[in-house]
Amino acid sequence: MPFVNWLKRRLVVIAGLITLGYLLLPNVVVTVFSFNKPKGRFNYEWQQFSTDAWKDPCGVAGMCGSLSLSLQIAVWATLGATVLGTMIAFALVRYRFRARGAVNSLIFLPMAMPEVVMAASLLTLFLNMGAQLGFWTILIAHIMFCLSFVVTAVKARVMSMDPRLEQAAQDLYAGPLQTFLRVTLPIAAPGIAAGALLAFALSFDDFIITNFNAGSTVTFPMFVWGSAQRGTPVQINVIGTAMFVVAVLFVLTSMAISNRRNKQKA
Amino acid sequence: MNTTTDNSGDVRLTQIGKRYGAFTAVHPLDLTVPQGSFFALLGASGCGKTTTLRMIAGLEEPSQGTVHLGDQDVTHLPPYKRPVNTVFQSYALFPHLDIFENVAFGLRRRGIKSVKKQVEEMLDLVQLGEQARKKPHQLSGGQQQRVAVARALINHPKVLLLDEPLGALDLKLRRQMQLELKRIQTEVGITFVHVTHDQEEAMTMADTVAVMNAGRVEQLGSPADLYENPRTTFVANFLGTSNFIEADVDFKSGDEIVLNAGGGKLFLPTARCSAQAAAGGKVLVGVRPEKIALAHADDAGEIPEGRNRITGRIADSSFIGVSTQYVIDSPVCSGFEVYAQNVDRDPRLTPGAEVVLHWNPAHTFGLDATQAIDAGVESVEEDAA
Repeated sequence: MPFVNWLKRRLVVIAGLITLGYLLLPNVVVTVFSFNKPKGRFNYEWQQFSTDAWKDPCGVAGMCGSLSLSLQIAVWATLGATVLGTMIAFALVRYRFRARGAVNSLIFLPMAMPEVVMAASLLTLFLNMGAQLGFWTILIAHIMFCLSFVVTAVKARVMSMDPRLEQAAQDLYAGPLQTFLRVTLPIAAPGIAAGALLAFALSFDDFIITNFNAGSTVTFPMFVWGSAQRGTPVQINVIGTAMFVVAVLFVLTSMAISNRRNKQKA
Repeated sequence: MNTTTDNSGDVRLTQIGKRYGAFTAVHPLDLTVPQGSFFALLGASGCGKTTTLRMIAGLEEPSQGTVHLGDQDVTHLPPYKRPVNTVFQSYALFPHLDIFENVAFGLRRRGIKSVKKQVEEMLDLVQLGEQARKKPHQLSGGQQQRVAVARALINHPKVLLLDEPLGALDLKLRRQMQLELKRIQTEVGITFVHVTHDQEEAMTMADTVAVMNAGRVEQLGSPADLYENPRTTFVANFLGTSNFIEADVDFKSGDEIVLNAGGGKLFLPTARCSAQAAAGGKVLVGVRPEKIALAHADDAGEIPEGRNRITGRIADSSFIGVSTQYVIDSPVCSGFEVYAQNVDRDPRLTPGAEVVLHWNPAHTFGLDATQAIDAGVESVEEDAA
């Protein structure tokens, strides 16, 4: 049974490839259909190859505006959540204060709560406060739910950090600020970066909470949802593909940099 | 460099103590470490030795007392303003910096611009010139240890503090690094304060050893002094092995105390008795295993006069090459240990043989009988495990 033997030896590889395919198939469909030239308003059936949408990515009214808004919100939300989350994570790991246990569990509530419930209660809060729905309410909401993810990521890193490293820095004439900048921050950086990336991705594609609290403002996910009711422009696939490519390039570059660094060191 | 009259590297602890709530980690103690000496704080884990070291470094605030370096009171100075540097347990090298930058860290923080020459010289001193651009995790344990020493020494501290610096190394490497550290200390002439739980390490390296137990200094002295004249059973058992016999004081004659133990007489020089020995009272008679000679009961007549002697039966013997270790059961003490050099081995000395143990009375020491005979024993076994 040479075939069975061949299969046995490669089972892990085959299973891996199938899983990878399962993960990437949606991306492939998005990319393929970005080159479609649909009949009618819906881009759900393959008709013929065309690069029209790629030549005119902002050809759909309002889409690029919503995209830029989403990017802006994502950047600010990432910044806010990362700064606050990092400080909270340090406080939770380093200091013993009253209600520390309670804070530790409460910080994860936004992760555990159904998003739609949180969206509705946030809206109630904003309306009662008389807040004008729009950019700022979206940003506040995004920072809020990104926070728990940043705290989780940074906390794991800070907890695994040897407190003696900071003591060693102090012993070697670094004051509190120098110790933080030269030792604490660089060592916690991977955790902070992971938290920031997570926050960016979560904010950028959030729909439910945003939809409740946006008022008349339209973010990119809201635009896609809204257009899906009336017809899906090919440009949505173009943006999706472009984002995928950017993400892949980002990963490849960072891998290349760390590879080269390791080679230099060795 | 420091001259001999310079005392700026003295460490003076005055009534320094540390409490954590109701727990007293270090009872108020006075300690002076003279400039240029190699000083060891020896004790089992939790005895307060590391806390004492950290109070010198400024990483722990003392609950009371003062720390002086030379004439300067540094009690309330933060660690980054003290002219001392520490070699941490498990080294605490900065994982994100390479070896060069790790060593240069202290210089750069003090605003020194041209560090290249100094760092390279220091790396050469610890034989790591080739490894300058590697990250700490790419080095072996022994190399990391040397980086930690270089990183501290490059700042020319008044005092170098070493917190169990060799604890993570295997035995062979540890021996090598002990000699290496001793060499560096002699070369740079800086005061070293070394914390360790390894009695052999402390005795090999230090000029002066302070044995700590339960937050107190039990005894302070040179390694030989501590070994030959222990003043408590803890010190006697923690440094090497000791045999103890509980004996009654018969009478004092001149500079000698005559004791009664199981019907036999033992002699103890008054100078070597740290306990109050009044006639009718009790003392613990101690003697080190290697001071004792072993004779078969048939040859008892050949033992010279004037030696302390007790009788017993060999319970166990183990041959370990340079010596044979015997365990002897005697009416006055069970489990008496005797180490005999393998010069002329008496073939009759096998388990079950009746023997006479004898030793020079000058090698006897007397301790207060009210303390536990086995204090400090467990810690030694813990180390061996």
